Amino acid sequence: MKDIPENYKFLSSHEWAKLEEDGIVTVGISDYAQDQLGDIVFVELPELDSEVNQGDEAAVVESVKAASEVYSPMSGKIVDLNSSLEDSPEIVNSSAYEEGWFFKIEVTDSSEFENLLTPEEYSEQCED
Amino acid sequence: MVDFHGWNMPINYGSQLSEHEQVRNSCGIFDVSHMTILDFKGKDAKEFLRKLLANDINSLNEYFDGLYSALLNESGGILDDLIAYKLESGYRLVVNCATRESDISWIASQVGDMDVSFSERTDLSMIAIQGPNALKVLSRCFSTETSNELMKKRPFEGLMEDGTLVTTTGYTGEKGVEVMIDNEKANSLWQKAIQSGASPVGLAARDTLRLEAGMNLYGFEMDENISPLECNMAWTVSLKDKERNFIGKDSFELKKKTGDYHLLKGLLFEDRCIVRSNQEIFFDEQKTKKGIVTSGTYSPTLKKSIALARIAPSDRETCLAEVRDKIFTAAIGQPRFIKEGKIVF
Repeated sequence: MKDIPENYKFLSSHEWAKLEEDGIVTVGISDYAQDQLGDIVFVELPELDSEVNQGDEAAVVESVKAASEVYSPMSGKIVDLNSSLEDSPEIVNSSAYEEGWFFKIEVTDSSEFENLLTPEEYSEQCED
Repeated sequence: MVDFHGWNMPINYGSQLSEHEQVRNSCGIFDVSHMTILDFKGKDAKEFLRKLLANDINSLNEYFDGLYSALLNESGGILDDLIAYKLESGYRLVVNCATRESDISWIASQVGDMDVSFSERTDLSMIAIQGPNALKVLSRCFSTETSNELMKKRPFEGLMEDGTLVTTTGYTGEKGVEVMIDNEKANSLWQKAIQSGASPVGLAARDTLRLEAGMNLYGFEMDENISPLECNMAWTVSLKDKERNFIGKDSFELKKKTGDYHLLKGLLFEDRCIVRSNQEIFFDEQKTKKGIVTSGTYSPTLKKSIALARIAPSDRETCLAEVRDKIFTAAIGQPRFIKEGKIVF
């Protein structure tokens, strides 16, 4: 498993959130999650400008093996989508923490970031 | 690795999609030693198998030829699907691993006072070498004489070299062979094939390959309550010899006569969503159940979602399935998508 970048935080359901400098949060799934899913073949992204709450189902990722919901780690408005995943979903397998991001949220309450799991807490969970 | 009916088997060696593509474009090698090999001998072996199997082994003309058949129960349901081979010593059945115990006890219970005995060949391993370059790989694994002979073989033929049975059969829809070989020799064949350009392929790609090729998987397209009529296997039930009474014949003929059964079809979806086994099929938005998906996956060759489904007979060209509260439309066609690398749906 790849090293988890330090400034990322996690939901126990394997989504990561990265707080950008402009108050925007980028969301994706962890390297552990992509490895468990295997070859990813479809990604269904949320609608642009839609509102999500922390913990809401926001996207779907589907591998040959299984489909899995992607929950939003933060509340806010969807302001950007990684539409390259629609034609090349395998990017999630090759670069889960960078190029394989799913969507960006303009967050309504940045304190929610503090409720998320730290990289240490998240990797402990994956080892169990 | 995963426990597959007591066998420790790889789901994939790396990427299952790459393994799939390797078989379609070049050559893949599969360890299928989990398959159960049963050898039959005795004066009545032929007569016994003509009763036991829905297909007629009388059509096996040459030694080492193979025949695909269903093993039916009295009600015409499928206990297993298998390949029967004619050997110099008698016959060989290659049956599924998941049904090993039930098959063995069913077969034993049918022997009665016939002069036939069978034994499991646990001393043999089974390796499949499949893909457009399979014969090239084989030419480096076997003698020149053997590989030249293999070049001339049509599907479901075979030869024996030094106790190793090589047959032009497979579960991928590509050219290739299945090899039944002494356990002691298996590793050396495996290594030689890999050095000659074959790549190892796991269970996951084996499933997407067989699904594209429209080949049935026991427990999905067929089970003991499913007739060959309902899983595109009617062609394997031989009624040519009217004198031959095989197990399940009366039930099969009766069902065929009534015409009241669903049919196995191929479904192709344009949307990004895999419709998986046991999901219901509808003809309209009223969502009246008209069938069921038996296997569904992502087709790495078509880059689309495909499925096999058992559905009510109709002249409809499309049907519907519901996934995550959304309705998806599928084109209905024959239950086969790819043959030897070409799209046939």
